[in-house]
Amino acid sequence: MRHIISLLMENEAGALSRVAGLFSARGYNIESLTVAPTEDATLSRMTIVTRGSDDVIEQITKQLNKLIDVVKVQDLSDGSHIERELMLVKVRASGEIREEMKRMADIFRGRIIDVSDKTYTIELTGPGSKLDAFLGAVDATAIVETVRTGASGIGRGDRIMKI
Amino acid sequence: MADMELTGAEIVVRCLRDEGIKHVFGYPGGAVLNIYDEIYKQTAFEHILVRHEQAAVHAADAYARSTGLVGVAIVTSGPGATNAVTGIATAYMDSIPMVVISGQVPTAAIGQDAFQEVDTVGITRPCVKHNFLVKDVRDLATTIKKAFYIAATGRPGPVVVDVPKDITQHTCAYEYPAFVSMRSYNPTSKGHAGQIKKAVQMLLEAKRPMIYTGGGVVLGNAATQVTEMVRLLGFPITSTLMGLGGYPAPDVLFLGMLGMHGTIEANMAMQHCDVLLAVGARFDDRVIGNPKHFAKEARRIIHIDVDPSSISKRVRVDVPIVGEVAQVVEEMLKQIQAGIGQIDQTALKAWWTQIELWRVQDCMKYDRSSSRIKPQYVIEKLYEVTGGQAYVTSDVGQHQMWAAQYYPFDQPRRWINSGGLGTMGFGLPAAMGVQMAHPGAQVACVTGEGSIQMNIQELSTCKEWKLPIKVILLNNGVLGMVRQWQQFFYEERYAESHMTSLPDFVKLAEAYGHVGLLVEKPEDVETALRDAFGKYKDRLVFINFLTDPGENVFPMIPAGKGLSEMILV
Ligand SMILES: Cc1cc2nc3c(=O)[nH]c(=O)nc-3n(C[C@H](O)[C@H](O)[C@H](O)COP(=O)(O)OP(=O)(O)OC[C@H]3O[C@@H](n4cnc5c(N)ncnc54)[C@H](O)[C@@H]3O)c2cc1C
Ligand SMILES: Cc1ncc(C[n+]2csc(CCOP(=O)(O)OP(=O)(O)O)c2C)c(N)n1
Ligand SMILES: [Mg+2]
Repeated sequence: MRHIISLLMENEAGALSRVAGLFSARGYNIESLTVAPTEDATLSRMTIVTRGSDDVIEQITKQLNKLIDVVKVQDLSDGSHIERELMLVKVRASGEIREEMKRMADIFRGRIIDVSDKTYTIELTGPGSKLDAFLGAVDATAIVETVRTGASGIGRGDRIMKI
Repeated sequence: MADMELTGAEIVVRCLRDEGIKHVFGYPGGAVLNIYDEIYKQTAFEHILVRHEQAAVHAADAYARSTGLVGVAIVTSGPGATNAVTGIATAYMDSIPMVVISGQVPTAAIGQDAFQEVDTVGITRPCVKHNFLVKDVRDLATTIKKAFYIAATGRPGPVVVDVPKDITQHTCAYEYPAFVSMRSYNPTSKGHAGQIKKAVQMLLEAKRPMIYTGGGVVLGNAATQVTEMVRLLGFPITSTLMGLGGYPAPDVLFLGMLGMHGTIEANMAMQHCDVLLAVGARFDDRVIGNPKHFAKEARRIIHIDVDPSSISKRVRVDVPIVGEVAQVVEEMLKQIQAGIGQIDQTALKAWWTQIELWRVQDCMKYDRSSSRIKPQYVIEKLYEVTGGQAYVTSDVGQHQMWAAQYYPFDQPRRWINSGGLGTMGFGLPAAMGVQMAHPGAQVACVTGEGSIQMNIQELSTCKEWKLPIKVILLNNGVLGMVRQWQQFFYEERYAESHMTSLPDFVKLAEAYGHVGLLVEKPEDVETALRDAFGKYKDRLVFINFLTDPGENVFPMIPAGKGLSEMILV
C-alpha cells in the first residue's frame, strides 16, 4: 500500500540524513521525499511517500517517532487529506506542435513559464496522477526534460499537524 | 561565577564533574589535547588510559551495565573515533546508556579532508541513540546535558558528542543546566491503565501461562518487582541471554534461558503456552527462531516495552503496553493483589506437570567422566568457588553460552555480555569497567582463545590499575562456535576456524606482569580456581584451561528453525 507520511522535525543540520539513513538502513522504500522549513523557522516539515504492508508502515512510523529530532509524525493516508506535486516540464515546441503544446498546457491547467523559439517550459501542479496523465498525453518524443518535487500533503479541514 | 568565562575544554570537564561522573575511559590525541590538559588539572573523576579505543568504549559500557549509571568514554578524532565504533555499536544493540565524547578537527577544517578528519556524526549515526556535532561553545554544556539525558531515559543507548578542537579553546560563561526538556523527545514511562488491567485479566485467565523476560528488566531496574509478581503467580518464567539475573536462576519457577541455546523446558513452554507475558524483551531471531513456526501455535501475547518500535516488530501482540517495566509490573502486582481475578489452579498444576516432563529430560547434562576438561565443568566450578556472587563478563562464542547456561545468576547486572552485536573482544575490557566500578568484587572474564586475542593488549591497562580480574580462558584451540556450525551445517568443512599457532598464554600473562596458570586435567580445575580467588586474590590471574575441542553447545535450534525443533546432542 502507498502511504504519505508527514513529519515535523527540528530544523537541525543532519536531520534529513537521519531520516534518509533510517529508510536505507532498514530497507524501507522512499518514493519521494520533500522537505522545507515551516512558518516557524526552528521546524522543518517533511513529506515522505512510501510503500509497504501495514506492518511495515507501522514500523516506519514508530521508527520515525523514535528519531530524537522528530517532533511529530502523521500518516496522512489514515484520513482525508490533499496532496499536491509540482512539475516543471520542458517540451519541444517548434513548428506545428507549438500550438498543440499550448493547448495541452491549458487542458491540464498548466502555465507556460518560459518560452524559447524551440521549447516551452510548463509548470503543472496537482496530485501525482495528474502529472503522470500529462506526461502520458503528450508525445513522448516531445518531452525534453522534467523535474518533479515529489508530493507534499496536508490534512483536510480540522486535521491539523502543529505543535 | 556566572560571569567567569571557561574554555570549551574546561566546560567538558566541569560538565562531567557536575554530572557526578567518577570514572572516564579514554585515549588522547591531537583533537582532544585541550580536554586532556584539563583532565590533568582536575580530581573529580579518574581517567583510565586504555590501550585501544575499542576497549575504552567496552569498559565504559560494562561500567554502565554493572552499575546502571551512564558510562563515559573520550576518544580523539579520526582513527580514535573509528576505533570506538565497534564499542558504540555493541552498546547500541544492547541498549546501554553511554556518552562518548569524540574530538573533531577545528570547525574551519571540517570538510577539507583535514588530518585525522572523519565524519564521526555520519559514521556513528546508524549505531547511536543520538549524536551531536557542537558548533558553538555556548551550546556545549546544554548539549552534554542532553546527551546524558537521552542516553539514560526511555530505551537507553549510546550518545556521541563530537567536539571540534577550536570549540575546546573558545570561551563562554558556564552553567550546567539542572535539567533539560526537549519537545521532540518525551519517552513514555507510565503504562496505560486500561491496557494494564486487560493484561492482568488475560494473564489470570491463562491455562498455560508463560513469562518471558529480557534485558529490559535489568536495564529498567525491575528485578525486584518482576520477582515478586512471578512468585505470587507461581507461573513459569524464562529469560533471554540479556535478562539473566533479572529473576533468580536457581529458583524452581525458572526454566532456564530460552532461544537458540535455551533449555527444552523453556523453549517448549514458550511454544505451547496459551498466554505469554513478554517483559522488556524483543522477540529476537535468536530467541523465537522462525516467527512463522512460532505463530503456528495459537497464544495470546502481552508485551511490556518502553520502546513502541519493539512491540509488534517481529511478532504481533494482543495487548501492547508501552512503559517502564518497573512501573507497569508494580501496577499489575497491585491489581493481582487486589484480587481482580482467580488463577485456574487445576490448569496450572497440569501445565507444571507437562513442564516437568520436559525438564526431566535434563538437556544440560554432559559427560562428567571424560578425561578431558569439559568447559561446562569449569563454569560449574567457577560458580562454586565464587559462591555465585561474581560479576561474570564474557566474550563471544561457545564459552559465552556455557557461561550463561552453567552459572545460575541470582542478581541482575552480574552477567555482562555482548548479545545483540556479539562482539568478540568485549570480555576483557568489560571486566575492567566492572572492576573499576566494584573494586572489591570478584570479577571473572570467561573467554575463548580466539576472542581474548582481540583485545589482549588490555592486560597492560589491568596492570597499571592493579585490577584483580580472573581471566577464565576456555581454550579449545578452535573458533568453537564457528567450528560447531561447520560441523552441523557445512559437512565438517572446517574453513579457517582453527589457528595453528597460539601464544603461550601463561608466559604472555607473565610478560604483562600477571599470574598465568595452565590447567590440563579436570582434577586440577578447582585448585586453580581456588588459587586464583584465594592465594592470588589481589592479582590478575590468567588461567588457560585446555578444554575438550570437540565439545558443542546444546541444545541448539538451527538458524531458521522453530522453538520445538531443537538438536539435543
Ligand atoms: C553466540 C550468541 C548466541 C546467542 N544465543 C542466544 C540464545 O540462545 N538465547 C537468547 O535469548 N539470546 C541469545 N543471544 C542474544 C541475542 O542475540 C539477543 O541479544 C538477545 O536475545 C536479546 O535479548 P532481549 O530480547 O532481552 O533484548 P535486549 O536487547 O536486552 O532489549 C531490551 C528490550 O527491553 C526494552 N527496554 C529497555 N529498558 C526498558 C525499561 N526500562 N522498561 C521496559 N522496556 C525496556 C528495550 O526497548 C528492548 O526492547 C545470542 C547471542 C550470541 C552472540
Ligand atoms: C569481532 C567478531 N568477529 C567474528 C565473529 C564471529 N564469531 C562468533 S563466535 C566466533 C568464535 C569465537 O572463538 P573463541 O573466542 O575461541 O570462542 P569459542 O567459540 O571457541 O568458545 C567467531 C569467529 C564475532 N562474533 N565477532
Ligand atoms: Mg575457542
